[in-house]
Amino acid sequence: MFKNIIIGQYLPGTSPLHRMNPAVKIVFTLIYVIVLFSVNTPVSYAAFAVYTFALILISKVPVKMIVRGVRPMLWIFILTAVLNIFMTPGNIIWSINIFKLTVVVTREGLIMGTAMVIRLLFLVIGTSLLTLTTSPLQLTDGIEVLLKPLKKIKVPAHEIAMMMTIAIRFIPTLAEETDKIMKAQTARGADFETGNIIRRAKAMTPLLIPLFVSAFRRADELATAMEARCYNSGINRTKMKESKITSLDIISAIIFIAGGLFLILAEFWIEI
Amino acid sequence: MIQTTNLTFEYPDENIENRDKVLNEINLNIEKGSFTAILGHNGSGKSTLAKHFNAILLPTGGKVYIKNMDTSENDKLFNIRQTAGMVFQNPDNQMVAAMVEDEVAFAPENLGIAPKEIRRRVNKCLAAVDMTDFSQNAPSKLSGGQKQRVAIAAVLAMNPEILILDEPTAMLDPKGRSEVLKTIKILNREMGITVVLITHYMDEATEADRTIVMDSGKIVLDGTPREVFKKVELLKSLGLDVPQVTELVYELSKLGIDLPKDILTADECFNAITGGMPK
Repeated sequence: MFKNIIIGQYLPGTSPLHRMNPAVKIVFTLIYVIVLFSVNTPVSYAAFAVYTFALILISKVPVKMIVRGVRPMLWIFILTAVLNIFMTPGNIIWSINIFKLTVVVTREGLIMGTAMVIRLLFLVIGTSLLTLTTSPLQLTDGIEVLLKPLKKIKVPAHEIAMMMTIAIRFIPTLAEETDKIMKAQTARGADFETGNIIRRAKAMTPLLIPLFVSAFRRADELATAMEARCYNSGINRTKMKESKITSLDIISAIIFIAGGLFLILAEFWIEI
Repeated sequence: MIQTTNLTFEYPDENIENRDKVLNEINLNIEKGSFTAILGHNGSGKSTLAKHFNAILLPTGGKVYIKNMDTSENDKLFNIRQTAGMVFQNPDNQMVAAMVEDEVAFAPENLGIAPKEIRRRVNKCLAAVDMTDFSQNAPSKLSGGQKQRVAIAAVLAMNPEILILDEPTAMLDPKGRSEVLKTIKILNREMGITVVLITHYMDEATEADRTIVMDSGKIVLDGTPREVFKKVELLKSLGLDVPQVTELVYELSKLGIDLPKDILTADECFNAITGGMPK
């Protein structure tokens, strides 16, 4: 059941998007989201669509994968649309009486609802592009680089990255163990599959307790093994794979920042 | 290389009466470049002894010196751990990284070595344990023997002079065991690394230059494997087995068949029994 578990949704590849520095990619994704929520004209959204589609083409990620990432969010899109359409006050363009309740649809609500759905859609696509083109390990490296300046205010950047790496490393090990315990408990008559949710949740106890006990034991042994290899929580530590800023990162940064600025300025210009 | 003087260790307990001496006045001297196997049944103190060679545990009495460095001196801790690298029993619980080459790079990264030198060491150490082809793999995709070889490479990356292995084959299948043992022998013979192998497999101990048998925190036997395994009755009284061949010769000589008592390998046994008869 837990065999061949896939962490995240990384699609290995060699596109420029894959080869970019992970820290730069994370920053870009953040800027992407900020720009996305600060523009609000149809022209800007169209520009965003073109830009995002170009990114997908460059990344060589199949559109199918993107759609698969968007699908689970469908209900949130619908809910957002409904809430915005019916709850925003403004010029009433349509109303209906259901029992004693008056339901109204406003012009502002329609615009707001559409805008929010478009924004959410691009938000999901943009962030999945990041996770589709960056392996969990690279993401961890990127986060460590970005958190480094925060060390001055005592944010344990190295420790956070180390914990994430170890967590990623232990997912398959613990998944395998869960499988083993489950089989052992099933062999002794445990039933994980039938009954209502509460019953099934209760059935998890004999699975979770041994799993936790063993996880603590593993953590203890791992800590000893790390100390035996002179681990000293990142003091004077070097890295074999230094994350370098390449010309690819610089070129994409210029295009990206220019594009973002252009969009925001264009908005201002239209408003004036 | 490793020297202990009156090494004693007991786990702290409020009640002095309850304190059990896990290690009791151990005096030991392990030579540079040697291959020593430490045997003993569960609870004999063999793993506790090994943990003293790496300053994971500190003696409650007596001293441990690694290359003349006192393990109880805190400022030498990293030097000691670098000199005497330690490989543990469970390969899954000693791996930090999610990729083989990152795992090997972990120790030199901790030591603050320059990236180029780390890369050089990683390549060298993976080649030494014959795992170069797997450098990009996730550890979870490897077999037990392969994982343990990566764990050995990860320790080798510190350029240690001593390699301490705490039951490295206990959780492996026969194939994995022979892979790991072969690697250990190559490191000892070709790279001149001093090896201390803690084990409860008798046939592994026969590969060593020196075999030490422990029981209740004390050294009971110390000598070449031939000298040690001759004492079949003593070993059995300690709850230990002897290698199969030695057992056979022992049983035969009990029946009155006169054979040399220090036979360790199947070939030797064959020659002794056939008396050099043409095959």
